[in-house]
Amino acid sequence: MEKKPSSSLDYALVFGALMLLWVILSGKLDAFHLSLGLISCAAVTWMSGDLLIGAGSSLGLARRMVRLFRFLNYLLWLTWQIVLANIAVFKLAFAPRTAWQPHIVWHRTALTTDLEKFLLANSITLTPGTVTVRIFGDMLCIHAIDDVSAAGINGEMDRRIAHIFE
Amino acid sequence: MVISFLSALLILAGLVFFLGAGVGILRFPDFFSRMHAAGKGDTLSTLLIIAGFALYQMRDLGDSEASVSAVLVALKMLVIIAFLYIASATSTSALAEAGWEDGNDPVIAPKHENRLAGPPESRTAAADLNRNSTHDSQP
Repeated sequence: MEKKPSSSLDYALVFGALMLLWVILSGKLDAFHLSLGLISCAAVTWMSGDLLIGAGSSLGLARRMVRLFRFLNYLLWLTWQIVLANIAVFKLAFAPRTAWQPHIVWHRTALTTDLEKFLLANSITLTPGTVTVRIFGDMLCIHAIDDVSAAGINGEMDRRIAHIFE
Repeated sequence: MVISFLSALLILAGLVFFLGAGVGILRFPDFFSRMHAAGKGDTLSTLLIIAGFALYQMRDLGDSEASVSAVLVALKMLVIIAFLYIASATSTSALAEAGWEDGNDPVIAPKHENRLAGPPESRTAAADLNRNSTHDSQP
């Protein structure tokens, strides 16, 4: 993704996100603490607003909201996968040793940007029976703990992640 | 009363999954398999335990004064969960990569070809993937 100069929308979004975090973490809604938050969030936005997420992309507000919504939707799906992963690991931990078939699988992904690959690697690690060991270009080195979980690496997750950013 | 019971149930379920993770770490045959137990076992269990805490925090939501701070505390716990989603998987991958760099040989099940050396389709890339060369190139 090409880096473009940050727009005022970038700064507004970063400031909004920081301010929201401030209010949640401080928990005090009086004028003194809110103005402290305003000052520090403005300072951080001014100094590093162009470094934070989403900065430099030329997308409008509507597209970004769509992305955010899809991302949250993806997180829900991921949470369900985490539940399945934990049940699978729990079963395997108490299973006889013959139930384990640890091996390495390689997966070629069509995703291109670093953020997408990071999301994919993180999601693979969080889902049942698979851990991303390393990324080499477009190849992911994945350790699978049994055949069933290795079969789960079939590109469905790639499609879901590509759908967020399309 | 019902909410206290529900949150106790959530915390208990979290502890059970923690137990599973602990047993997995002890029983699994090699470094990489143990990463499965260590990296995933704690995600759901911490999620469940924190959800139990958050629910318990909201038990007397009807009381006007307490409810705002109770919701704020629950939101803070949500921030912890968001952090966990990123940190747990990232630290697992970082540890697995460190284990790879260090030359840990994974236990490979019979009839599962050991393809650690490189992706089967791209033998040309195998030179880059040689663990010893990347290891030696570290300053």
